[in-house]
Amino acid sequence: MKKIINNPENVVNEMLEGIVKAHPQYVKRLEGLNVLVRANSPVKGKVALVSGGGSGHEPSHGGFVGEGMLDGAVAGEVFTSPTPDQIFEAIKAVDGGEGVLLVIKNYTGDVMNFQMAGELAEAEGIKVADVIINDDVAVENSTYTTGRRGIAGTVLVHKIAGAAAEKGMDLEEVKRIAEKVIANVRTMGMSLTPCTVPAVGKPGFQLGEDEMEVGLGIHGEPGTHREKVKTAAEITKDLLDKIFEDIELVEKDEVAVLVNGLGGTPLMELYIANNEVDKILKEKGIKTYKTIVGNYMTSLEMAGFSVSILKLDEELKELLDYKADTPAFKQL
Amino acid sequence: MITRDLLVEILKNVADTIKENKELLTDLDAAIGDADHGINMNKGFKTVSEKLDTVKDKDCGTILKTVAMTLISTVGGASGPLYGTAFLKASMAVNGKMELDNEDIIKMFDEAIKGIVMRGKAQRGEKTMLDALIPAYEALKGSLEKGDDLSEAFIEAADAAKEGVEYTKTIKATKGRASYLGDRSIGHQDPGATSSYLILRTVANTLNQQED
Repeated sequence: MKKIINNPENVVNEMLEGIVKAHPQYVKRLEGLNVLVRANSPVKGKVALVSGGGSGHEPSHGGFVGEGMLDGAVAGEVFTSPTPDQIFEAIKAVDGGEGVLLVIKNYTGDVMNFQMAGELAEAEGIKVADVIINDDVAVENSTYTTGRRGIAGTVLVHKIAGAAAEKGMDLEEVKRIAEKVIANVRTMGMSLTPCTVPAVGKPGFQLGEDEMEVGLGIHGEPGTHREKVKTAAEITKDLLDKIFEDIELVEKDEVAVLVNGLGGTPLMELYIANNEVDKILKEKGIKTYKTIVGNYMTSLEMAGFSVSILKLDEELKELLDYKADTPAFKQL
Repeated sequence: MITRDLLVEILKNVADTIKENKELLTDLDAAIGDADHGINMNKGFKTVSEKLDTVKDKDCGTILKTVAMTLISTVGGASGPLYGTAFLKASMAVNGKMELDNEDIIKMFDEAIKGIVMRGKAQRGEKTMLDALIPAYEALKGSLEKGDDLSEAFIEAADAAKEGVEYTKTIKATKGRASYLGDRSIGHQDPGATSSYLILRTVANTLNQQED
């Protein structure tokens, strides 16, 4: 294992310290906790958004704490859900009296820990609601399993629901907006290399020099299949085809595109992939309203990317355009 | 009847049992999960054992609530919220009581199971701790209703939980991380059901030692 760390046990703590030192105008850390909140928390008179999950997905989620997006982000150990007491403290610290929306990615541990924290907060008189993101089309949806995973589409939920809260919508409305995004966003990813959790010290899986894993989760969970590496055009088409199977898009529909790097892929390759996404959408007559390219929901040093497609309506477009000012995402 | 002091003794013994079985639970989890059940449970119950000294002169509800909050903040993963919820619901059922009669114990157990069902959105037959706990609850209730004393009833409960653990070997996981394995989870016993069984066996053993 070759990493710029001091001690595998301290990576989350030291990272959070580094984030606060880089962005003191945006975030502060709750003392003794792995929680980042807006520097001016609690913001009175608006619904607050709290998200979080295991670490290793930076800039998710702490990088999205700021105006127009999140109010608080709770960091667990690498790829491990944070505990309810930490989430509970985050909720208390950001509640400005209008209630708190918990934005949760669909993993058993995350859902249980966040909902439990929500119940603890409700017991103290704080209004809490939650939404669960499950945008990964690689995993089949079924009532008999844990269901689809939440991946990069989460960033679009942060952006749009965050705007709804900033505009002064009430908790019920912000939740409705978040659920609308979830209902209309789909993501499919692939990877070229595995990643190594610092405390484990060795890669989570092995891939041959000429192999790629298609449809994997952001913790290196197995995907749909493994195959030989193909061209950017072919890979992008495969990912989008899987998305098109799952959400109906017709000519003149408008979408937002997120081409998300998993941490180890250069921007050059992400832009090449984005060029292919654009070609495919144009061929289908689908209008790209907004394109976002970069590393937003990463998987440590994994090489690879995902494409998220969000089908838009007028309401979502307006919120997508709304101002956001956070360390990792800015919308003027 | 379980007095407050006996309750504390039971909980301390549970912490010892979990420690002794840390490797077993982790190995079971390595086969179908993420290999941390023993480590996490031991971390949680070790802290519980330390915290118990600070609340041992409080009522049973407060003691159980302390156990719940400690597990919630230290265990992590899915086991933390599940066991935490179970103890939290149990504590709420016996708030303010200095000793627990049979009716209290049935109510606590029932509330704990309801809490796990609510938190995990699981049912019996999905290869989870419920496959040990629900049969154990039914055995305990049946035994007390036919007039057995509490120490006998907990032996029946622990035996039923043990059978439940054996049953988890035969079925496919449809909840939790093992569900990603589908049919490949068959043949392995569920780590959560195993830790639940170990807890019940410890309660039975502690109660029976009292009588000797």
